[in-house]
Amino acid sequence: MSVKYLPSDLNKEAEEDLRKIREKLLSLPAPGASGPTGSWRLYRPEISAAKCVKCGICWLYCPEDVISWVPRELPKIDYTYCKGCGLCANVCPVKAIDMVVEGE
Amino acid sequence: MKKVLMGSHAVAEAVRRARVEVISAYPITPQTVIVEKLAEMVERGELKAKYVRVESEHSALAVVYGSSASGARVFTATSSHGLLYMYEMLWWVANSRLPVVMAVATRAIGPPWNIHTDHIDALTIRDAGWIIGFAESVQEAFDMTLQAYKVAEDRRVLLPVMVALDGFIISHTSEPVVMPEEKEVAEWLPPREPLPFRLEPGKPFAVGNLGPDSVTMELRWNSWRAAERAKSVIQEVSVEYEKRFSTGTPTGLVEKYKVDGAKYLAISTGAWSGDVKEAVDALREEGYEVGLARLRYMRPFPREELQELLSSVKAAVVLDRSVSIGHMGILGSEVKSIAGRTPVKDVIAGLGGVDVSYEDFASILKGAVEEHEAGLSSEWNVAEWHMPWVT
Repeated sequence: MSVKYLPSDLNKEAEEDLRKIREKLLSLPAPGASGPTGSWRLYRPEISAAKCVKCGICWLYCPEDVISWVPRELPKIDYTYCKGCGLCANVCPVKAIDMVVEGE
Repeated sequence: MKKVLMGSHAVAEAVRRARVEVISAYPITPQTVIVEKLAEMVERGELKAKYVRVESEHSALAVVYGSSASGARVFTATSSHGLLYMYEMLWWVANSRLPVVMAVATRAIGPPWNIHTDHIDALTIRDAGWIIGFAESVQEAFDMTLQAYKVAEDRRVLLPVMVALDGFIISHTSEPVVMPEEKEVAEWLPPREPLPFRLEPGKPFAVGNLGPDSVTMELRWNSWRAAERAKSVIQEVSVEYEKRFSTGTPTGLVEKYKVDGAKYLAISTGAWSGDVKEAVDALREEGYEVGLARLRYMRPFPREELQELLSSVKAAVVLDRSVSIGHMGILGSEVKSIAGRTPVKDVIAGLGGVDVSYEDFASILKGAVEEHEAGLSSEWNVAEWHMPWVT
């Protein structure tokens, strides 16, 4: 008794499968590999230049690595990827970061 | 080479012959003996593998997942609660399409604590994307484990394989086993090709990053097609293996025992199928035209072969060592889903390792034949529980 299984061309289909795994399952490290996550943000962290002591604590703690900082300069937030988690505002020792509702 | 070995040691011997490179496992009865034996082999230098001790089954599978992603040939083993503790990683492995091989010495899930066999633990991963084989004998546990590497690593498949062997009944029972020499196996099973991808230092990439929803669906379709292809590959690999090594184990997805001219078909899987064969022999002598379809694989499900067998019999009886609470036996519902107009009786038995003898099977099969002949098979929509000690 011989049973015919689907599909007929195993090799062709398998090569397509392999290509798709590599194209769609794998991704190279790149900024924002998961897309512009800044669109998820409800609250926007805003650094007050007047209050900021340029200590770099926010840069150190940012879980998304979207704050850039050079010692003795004002940190900069990349709003394309900042999800607005508020951690930076929480750890700022001089309360120089305000969480502002998006759209206001 | 022919030796008398218990099932667990036979699986370890197969893993050694497959030249596995990374092993990680956490002990749980009745699986422990498999990984103890492998630890001894690594310690003695008989198997050049990295043996990683971990604090849980979740970590054990995570270790072999990462190792497999880096191109290594890997092995793990577990049972029951250990398998459940692995659950999340089981899906990561399958959905990453990595050819991991795992032995599961089947064991009931508690409470109450119970170390004896049924098939519910293994079948909890039915839908996870693993190929699932059930061995009937020590020989088959050995053969299936070796074949698992050849099937899983085939570029037409790239799915992980679970080899289920009934706890104690196979794992701790000694039987003669025919084992090919290491050199012969090496000729048949070359080192693993690093497919579908290979993680290595200096070339970082992520596996399974967030993407569009459609990607998830497309990749599931790919896995589904790979499992369909695996049917042909299992057939091909097992036939080729038997031709080379002549161990006498049946090939393909289904073993057909005395099905020629059968009017009634028993369907089962796992170790107790040997007793079902005894029952079939006894009934044949009494004039009952009964045969057995033993599923060697539950995934991919041998839909086509079972349909062909079921279409030529009056009725079938599933001897089910599992249950899905709220519906019926798991194997029973699988068989009914493809049975067409052929009536199928689902008999749940042997849960928690309750012993079922060939006399039990004979009386179950006879009962089903009589019911069908009395026109009662229309009432088979509810599973029957075989518990003769409950009155």
